[in-house]
Amino acid sequence: MPLYLDDDQIIMRDSARSFMADQASVAHLRSLRDAADPTGFSTDLWKRFVEMGFSGILIPEADGGMGLGHVEAGIVLEEIGRNLTPSPFLSTGVGVVTALGSATPMLRERWYPAILTGRAIGTLAIDEGTKHHPERIALKAERSGKGFRLSGEKRFVQHGHVADVVIVSARTGGDVDERSGVTLFAVDGNAAGLTATPQRLLDASLASRLTLEGVEVEADAVIGEVDGGWDTLSGILDACRAAAAAELVGVADAAMAITLAYIRERRQFGVPVGSFQALQHRAAHLYSEIEVARAAVLKAQQRLDAKAPGAGRDVLVAKAMAGLAASLAAREGVQMHGGVGMTDDYDIGLYMKRGRVLEELFGDTNRLADRLAQLNGY
Amino acid sequence: MDLEKFRTETRAWLQANCPAEMREPVRSDADYCWGGRRAVFSSPAQQQWLQRMAERGWTVPDWPTAYGGGGLSAAETKVLREEIAALGARQPLKSFGISMLGPALLKYGTEAQKREHLPRIARGEIRWCQGYSEPGAGSDLAALSTRAEDRGDHFLVNGQKVWTSYADKADWIFCLVRTDPKEKHKGISFLLFDMESNGISTRPIQLISGQSPFCETFFDDVKVPKENLVGELNRGWEVAKYLLGHEREMISGFGLGDGQSSIGKAARQAAETAPDERLDDPLLRAQMAVFDVRAAAFRAMTERFIDELKAGRAHPAQPSMMKYYGTELNKIRHTLLMSAGGSDALEWDSTRSGGGAAARAWLRSKANSIEGGTSEIQLNIIAKHILGLPTA
Repeated sequence: MPLYLDDDQIIMRDSARSFMADQASVAHLRSLRDAADPTGFSTDLWKRFVEMGFSGILIPEADGGMGLGHVEAGIVLEEIGRNLTPSPFLSTGVGVVTALGSATPMLRERWYPAILTGRAIGTLAIDEGTKHHPERIALKAERSGKGFRLSGEKRFVQHGHVADVVIVSARTGGDVDERSGVTLFAVDGNAAGLTATPQRLLDASLASRLTLEGVEVEADAVIGEVDGGWDTLSGILDACRAAAAAELVGVADAAMAITLAYIRERRQFGVPVGSFQALQHRAAHLYSEIEVARAAVLKAQQRLDAKAPGAGRDVLVAKAMAGLAASLAAREGVQMHGGVGMTDDYDIGLYMKRGRVLEELFGDTNRLADRLAQLNGY
Repeated sequence: MDLEKFRTETRAWLQANCPAEMREPVRSDADYCWGGRRAVFSSPAQQQWLQRMAERGWTVPDWPTAYGGGGLSAAETKVLREEIAALGARQPLKSFGISMLGPALLKYGTEAQKREHLPRIARGEIRWCQGYSEPGAGSDLAALSTRAEDRGDHFLVNGQKVWTSYADKADWIFCLVRTDPKEKHKGISFLLFDMESNGISTRPIQLISGQSPFCETFFDDVKVPKENLVGELNRGWEVAKYLLGHEREMISGFGLGDGQSSIGKAARQAAETAPDERLDDPLLRAQMAVFDVRAAAFRAMTERFIDELKAGRAHPAQPSMMKYYGTELNKIRHTLLMSAGGSDALEWDSTRSGGGAAARAWLRSKANSIEGGTSEIQLNIIAKHILGLPTA
């Protein structure tokens, strides 16, 4: 399979691109932010996403979805990144949908139609510390009657305060850093004992701290195996990391584009500053980093879609590389804008902020590179 | 043809025909087969591997069969490349004829030129060198001054080239010459000639690596037949630039590190024979980890670039990006390997260091971002032709 988008995918990209530029531009983010919108995203816009079929991209056709893959989900995410669109697409359409792929038919029948029709959004509750360590689970799930009782805390939960379903990683056995004894649960957003406290982040998105105080769930809320949820969680994280990587490529690409536009126009010493070699070489270097990241991301998406063994390694590379590229794009973008890059009026700072959040999400470049080194035996 | 069937057959053929020795990783430059009139084979297996691959046209799988190629489609070529990589089989033939001249002849050569030169390139019978740079024409290549005067049935060539890789071992040269002194870019022509012609001398240049892959090449009244002109008279710059794209594509391959999947893994394996604390340095390990991310991402970029190129989707200036990224990456690779090797990697001629292999490779790699156009020239090209930034 060639490592570029095929004709159908290009059609999808073009339609996603014009839809997002039209309906979900940076101005849309600014208006939500300036209104201190308590939801954190526009439910009207999400309805339109749903009408486009986006929420069902990864849902199998047999379950009423589009039955497409990570390449297609990535196409939408890249446009989300390009426009800094606040959206529950990643957490719901990728995270929860992937998790439900390992769930019982009953759970799938409950949530897939709700996601497909836009009645429900969802999210993942994985992290407990300030950095992403998915093994580091202290949140306990104890047997209780026919089900389980969950107690503990999660943080950095995207859209956690408005999620209808939360996929929670919990410990049913083993010690805090062990991979055995991990179990995943689908928890109702309005379950008794579940409290979500949203925090506004620097990019104006809302992430919650979740407190679970004896939250009771049924036995069939388990996703995957009891105590053996690690592999399922890894698969979900692969999907989410590839998704975040695609969004990062969109962030990087747009940050570069607005920076190039600026240095073509801005004149000093009687010429456009973009004619100076000092800036041209740095811009060309940035372009190279973004192209390389884009290739790594597409490779990971294709390998995930092919269910290729070892695709998780490609995903580590993709997210780590996309993080490097997006971070460079933001830093160079602000610097090349000069003073106005520091102002809220210009968009470049917004790209820097969103990039920073995505960098932390599901593991930063350092964390993922470290994991890759371990897999490479050092 | 069904691609999976092609894959199965290709795998079986490679299994049956690639000698075991040719599946060992390349250890040094001597493991490469360059072919040529004075070809030196490091083993019978190396010669056999070249012959078998050449018979199928698989030294140049996507060239037309009429010119010694395999006539494979882009998709089949990719499958062959993947199967060769999966087997760990060595490249049967390393050749500037394949990577540089061939594509230019396919596009600009006459039918007679194609029939004369391409099959010999494909079979590794003629080894080519490149006459581009001159003492006064480096980054400003179009300032070259080697003259070719029209003498009726032939050109008379006088001048000097420099950095001519393996000129002392090559059989033929593809050479940029000035045919109109009044013009710059539009006064350049592209000639082919035999290095055994009268009036040619070469002098290897001792490099910081202690080795001499590059030469000075002198032309003193060299007669070149008129039919050896490629493309139109005074339009050689177009051919030259097209060929440079392919040269840059080839050089970008340095970034792939001979198929080495992880620098940390390689360093760890190297350390196993002499256990010490090399990789206990957390800062070096961290640098290697980030390097491995970039190197793996660049492998994906290479796959994407080749796929886009074959499908006609690549930006014409994209080889500049590939060359820039791949060579800068390779320089970092060798810097890290030197760090990992510690004082062992400083040894210059001991047997256990393979004759200073690590140190010499590190020093050699410094040329990567100079040869074929410096990194700075590549960045200029990207800024101008891809990003469309204004000229000063």
